[in-house]
Amino acid sequence: MGNILALTQKELRAYFVSPIAYVLLVFFALLFGWFYVASVNVMVQLSMGQFGMGPQVININEFMIRPLFGNTAVILLFLLPMLTMRSYAEEKRSGTMELLLTSPLSDFQIIMGKFLGALALYGLMLAITLLHIGLLFWYGEPEWGPIFSGYLGLLLMGGSFISVGLAISSTTKNQIVAGVATFAVLLLFWIINWIGDASGTTTQAVLAYLSILEHFDDFSKGVIDTKHVTYYLSFIGLGLFLTAKSMDQERWNG
Amino acid sequence: MVEVQHVTKRYGSFTAVDDLSFAVEPGEILGFLGPNGAGKTTTMRILTGYLPATEGRARVAGFDVFDQPIEAKRRTGYLPETPPLYPEMTVGEYLQFVARINGVAAGDRTAQVGAAMARTSITDMAERYCGTLSKGYRQRVGLAQALLHNPDVLILDEPTAGLDPRQIIETRRLITELAGDHTIILSTHILPEVSQTCQRVVIINRGKVVAVDSPDNLTARLQGSQSLYLQVDSGGADPAPALREVAGVAAVSVADRRDGVSGFQLEMAPGCDVRRDVSRTVVTHGWGLLELRAQQMSLEDIFLQLTTEEAAEGPDGIARHDDPPDAAPGGGTYPIAAEEHTNG
Repeated sequence: MGNILALTQKELRAYFVSPIAYVLLVFFALLFGWFYVASVNVMVQLSMGQFGMGPQVININEFMIRPLFGNTAVILLFLLPMLTMRSYAEEKRSGTMELLLTSPLSDFQIIMGKFLGALALYGLMLAITLLHIGLLFWYGEPEWGPIFSGYLGLLLMGGSFISVGLAISSTTKNQIVAGVATFAVLLLFWIINWIGDASGTTTQAVLAYLSILEHFDDFSKGVIDTKHVTYYLSFIGLGLFLTAKSMDQERWNG
Repeated sequence: MVEVQHVTKRYGSFTAVDDLSFAVEPGEILGFLGPNGAGKTTTMRILTGYLPATEGRARVAGFDVFDQPIEAKRRTGYLPETPPLYPEMTVGEYLQFVARINGVAAGDRTAQVGAAMARTSITDMAERYCGTLSKGYRQRVGLAQALLHNPDVLILDEPTAGLDPRQIIETRRLITELAGDHTIILSTHILPEVSQTCQRVVIINRGKVVAVDSPDNLTARLQGSQSLYLQVDSGGADPAPALREVAGVAAVSVADRRDGVSGFQLEMAPGCDVRRDVSRTVVTHGWGLLELRAQQMSLEDIFLQLTTEEAAEGPDGIARHDDPPDAAPGGGTYPIAAEEHTNG
């Protein structure tokens, strides 16, 4: 455990010494803020009755927070590959992987250290948004439940993105290759069910199940379904397992 | 302390290390000598648990590097060919991190980091970022990193590469000081390094051990083929037939000849010292004895001879001095890919 913590701290330090952490935090805050302002505008227009329905009380969770979380998921699809791309690739390029692999550390500790380091920075990104959500409590009366489940969903989904990023980063020495490939794979998992309609019903069901954003919808509605939790946890598990396999493969092939 | 038994490492059809066996006693400094691509780095990577061997076993401090890697790694300090530094960390932070992942107790870390920095004379550099260090300092931080947790076995891959002459001397002195408490394996292709620091030498070529012995013994073992250089002013006569008759002279060849002065290369039969008889012969014929000296084989000759034996069997079994091993005939087929593989 001490070793995992040491590696996690080392990862976080690397993020904050390089510009990566700041670039990610700033642009995430900017993009999230933009979506936030946009949805506040829609809210205001709706509640003022500008769509011909007269002034009314609107469910802030349903009309504002849920779409906002949905948009956040899309921002993450673009930003998280940049969080994980250097993780293994840079260590392999600079030779520091040799230090880790010849130190008394297990592969599991190395993988967990890297995963938790990336997850911690991602958690920090999400923490920024608490400010925006907090403001809603000042002016309105949103429900706690869907907000909590939404954050849980974002954390699980981001964790899945990170595990894919680690697995891909562990196969190359080139950060750019890792970043682009991670983005492509995540995008594929997003649109995987788009061809569903033309194929048979079974295929459609399978593809819909695989789609990584599909499982997020219930979380933003305020439903924590074990089906979706299981999906994300097994996605993370698979990503980390592939990372371990890739490290092992690397060892045998030199 | 270190045992290597029949270790083989293959990459596809290419064999980087072929049935390698040797052992290192506690407190000993073993020099690992071989031309580039001979399998030095691969062997060291197997010993440090970075690469698994295809066949064979290796034990470090009593622990099998494959079956009990964590225990073996705990007792090993390793300096790879390129010091594995994190550019974004200061030297002090980096060494703290290394101490931590090597299981040095929190209370001892600062003291042990301080001791390692003092030993490698990098105490002034503690606040500098690793990324801004010169090659020499990077090498020393790498060395500090290897000996930080006081390991039983130190494995150093070309520890003096890239250092200036004064630093090389300091590093060699440090390595000699460390022996006794630590068992050291160091690889190099610089021969004086071996004769100055190591008690025993393993010479490997193309993944195979070609010789294991002390530097002195290696030199002595090949004294049998010692030769003499003789320069005679014979005033027009040919001294070669007379020289051949001297008991104990195995072969005579002309090395140079001008204005009646001839230089000869005399091969002596094993165990014979023919210098007295040769000088007497020259004098009784009334020639002028200008020069007579023994041509002792240096470690360099032995190294070249052993590592180029199959490739370039010269008339005297010794490859010429100006032939670097890689350029020797047949050396062209050297598995150059070996280096690239082992770097991966």
